[in-house]
Amino acid sequence: MKTDQLIAALAADRTAEPFGRRFVLSFLIGGLISLGLFLAILGPRHDLAEALATWRFDFKIVLMVLILGLAFSFCREVARPVAPPHPARGLLLPLAALVAALVIELVIVPRAAWGTRLVGSNSLICLTAIPFFSIGPLIAVLAILRSGAPTSPALAGAAAGLLAAACGATLYAFHCFDDSPLFVATWYTLAALPVVGIGALAGRRLLRW
Amino acid sequence: MLSSQDLAALMRSARGGDDEAYRRLLRHLALWLRVVARRGLARAGRGAEDSEDIVQDTLLAMHLKRDTWDDSQPLEPWLRAIVHHKVVDHLRRRGFREHLDIADYAESLAAFQPVEESASADARQMLRALPERQRTIVEAISIEGHSARDVGQRLGMSEGAVRVALHRALKILAVAYRRGPS
Repeated sequence: MKTDQLIAALAADRTAEPFGRRFVLSFLIGGLISLGLFLAILGPRHDLAEALATWRFDFKIVLMVLILGLAFSFCREVARPVAPPHPARGLLLPLAALVAALVIELVIVPRAAWGTRLVGSNSLICLTAIPFFSIGPLIAVLAILRSGAPTSPALAGAAAGLLAAACGATLYAFHCFDDSPLFVATWYTLAALPVVGIGALAGRRLLRW
Repeated sequence: MLSSQDLAALMRSARGGDDEAYRRLLRHLALWLRVVARRGLARAGRGAEDSEDIVQDTLLAMHLKRDTWDDSQPLEPWLRAIVHHKVVDHLRRRGFREHLDIADYAESLAAFQPVEESASADARQMLRALPERQRTIVEAISIEGHSARDVGQRLGMSEGAVRVALHRALKILAVAYRRGPS
């Protein structure tokens, strides 16, 4: 086939909806699947109204939503061949907020109670629920990234993992009774890491083009 | 020669459904890619015989990924990023391990000296990667120059179904090019 003949075939192929819109749609589908599973299996904690009046719970939710939003734009950026110079820089903001909350927690909670706050009572559920509620979004986001053009497939996969984990963590945060920043910083991170790792490995295989 | 702004304008028209604008854009890009691919191969100490495969593979990638261009941004950096990714990928698979910066040898999109197309030996073989019906459709449109509607009438398919099959075929071709002839 001559290159001009290939061009004739390319010009006859019209599809293409803007990538940004398809990315949003795909992510929403994955997120809604997780939301449905969350409501069916765990659901929000029963004292949600009282919890909303405490700074720890509110901080946890705001932090998760912030990470979710930043991970979303990070992932969408690295799916394009021309990514801005530091696409992940925004994620330093929630990291700084978490460090600040940890310091406050360590100052106001007596040293003897640090251990209980850290271990909490839900760590095992946390470690399983967050990856579980990440599955739907991870598959949906990886699928849409296949039609993207990431220059680094592993990084794009890791970004998809982070976005999926943020999705799972945001949902799980509404269920969990352990609101201490000590608990969130430890267990949420440990639960998210394997999702990011799986995303990176899957990305390296699936997102080459 | 077309300036970078002209190319962006052609891409916008193509998005609006102007096939002729798209064809002009792709033809111009093919000329440029041929120069870039030859230089890249020369840099890596390879002959030019595979250059047309790189040109066609990169054109396919540009086509299939074209909606990742954000049209509020300039087009040229996007084109260069795709070309860099593809050319470096091809050279790596041909055993070239050194760092290669496309900016060093890919001159401006607007001013370059076109070179002759070399015969692409395995391009016919690439079409063999397609299921029979898709191959018939691709050959009818590309080699015989028929429109999607004519091909549909001949095969008893709707124009839409022909386009869907064509799109699938192009995706399969992109994978076949990436794997290389084997």
